[in-house]
Amino acid sequence: MATAFQIHAADNVATLLEDGAESSVVQVVGAGSGEIRLSNAMPRGHKVALREIGAGEPVIKFGVRIGHALELIPRGAWVHLHNLASDYDARSGSLDLRSGAPTDTSSAYV
Amino acid sequence: MSDLQTSWTGYLRADGRKGVRNLVLVIYTVECAQHVAHAIATDEEDTHVIGFPGCYDNAYAIRLMLALARHPNVGAVLAVGLGCEYIQPEKIADVVRASGRSAEWFFIQQQGGTTRSVNLGKQLVARMREQIRAETTRVPMTLADLTVGCECGGSDGTSGLAGNPSVGAFFDLLVDAGGRAIFEETVEMIGLREHLLARAASAEARQQLADAYDKAERYCKSVRQWSVSPGNFAGGLTTIEEKSLGAFAKSGSRAIQGVIRVAEAPRGPGLWVLDSVPDEHFMQFGYTNPNDTEGIMDLISAGSQIVLFVTGRGSVIGSPIAPLIKVTGNSATYRAMEEDMDFDAGRVLTGELTMAQAGRELAGLVARVAAGEPSKPERLNHREYFIMYKHQNTPALEAGCRA
Repeated sequence: MATAFQIHAADNVATLLEDGAESSVVQVVGAGSGEIRLSNAMPRGHKVALREIGAGEPVIKFGVRIGHALELIPRGAWVHLHNLASDYDARSGSLDLRSGAPTDTSSAYV
Repeated sequence: MSDLQTSWTGYLRADGRKGVRNLVLVIYTVECAQHVAHAIATDEEDTHVIGFPGCYDNAYAIRLMLALARHPNVGAVLAVGLGCEYIQPEKIADVVRASGRSAEWFFIQQQGGTTRSVNLGKQLVARMREQIRAETTRVPMTLADLTVGCECGGSDGTSGLAGNPSVGAFFDLLVDAGGRAIFEETVEMIGLREHLLARAASAEARQQLADAYDKAERYCKSVRQWSVSPGNFAGGLTTIEEKSLGAFAKSGSRAIQGVIRVAEAPRGPGLWVLDSVPDEHFMQFGYTNPNDTEGIMDLISAGSQIVLFVTGRGSVIGSPIAPLIKVTGNSATYRAMEEDMDFDAGRVLTGELTMAQAGRELAGLVARVAAGEPSKPERLNHREYFIMYKHQNTPALEAGCRA
């Protein structure tokens, strides 16, 4: 079973320590415990929602706000560029979800 | 496991600072002299190269180069110019000599071209290297004599979980032993203003941290570039705030004594923040740090005899002047790039090590490298450097290097 590391008790996301397959169950370790079913496939290092996070609510990791939810994020969902936005950096929302590559400078590659 | 009483023999400089290497540094003063400088250093033991590409000079770049030229790991300097540029190799040699080190300089145009310049350079390097090997006083050193910098780059989801916290655990040990620890990247503290200020050792330090933080946030806003890159996102980091928290973990838990700027040494023992963000200037010189190497150069310019580089996704770079030790919190990266990576902090995530044990093991590795064991990048001859135009207001003379 893959594991997801919860850093702080107040966190509503945990970091996958191995790649997780869609619908697989992962073990939560660190400051949390229990199991959670992944609603999406997600690579190691990425974040899974530990509980439902409402649109506009803060996403908490390290016990600290790392941005806000752009939409309702169900428990077990992949939390990344498509549903979590920085409170500071507007550009990150335009990056490619999988590779992180910029999409706003594509017109320069001619 | 090495314990913190570990001592080794270092090199005493005339200014009282102690180095862990005894190097000749070749410095070129314009891109046109770059090939000759590298040809001089090729196949020469203990001879490293740095240089500045621009023909027009820049006070920041001069301060940075002079700090590197008088670094504790450097015993002698050869400055090589083409002959047309603004930066003066003779002045570099003068400043280096005033610090009690040997220095030579020449212009390639006056030597009659490439081959004559390379031959002369090699003679000068060989003579100065022989001299510093024979004459440099050897002294015992401990962690209390060390300044260690830490940079992170190519961060992923493990960097904040294992890589940076293991350095934080080491930094706590280093500070408690009386040494100096430096971390930078104030642009990677965005979102953490209150956490940062809460760590200040004094009201003065708090003000310095507030000023540095506010400048970094203003700067990122104005250039529309925050310190996150495609690899970070692919590795699972989503926002600059999230990356900041992971990066900040490298600071450990001790109080922050204050803020220093590029080419400035810490004003006392303990933990310090290095501010490398440009100050306001009509030319708006470039980005705060265009790449990892510039950040590493900045940490070396503050007197770090050794620099730790935390990279979750893996990197192959090294550094001139101060050995670079590469730490990863990602065991898969360690296995995939073992030739390049020095320390696998990912063992903390598998439960193989506690964070405290990782910190002590890292302290042992730092002591062995300080004693002369080559780090992985040193073994592979990686000596990337990067010195670019930037503007920072001149630091106070007592703390700066232009005295």
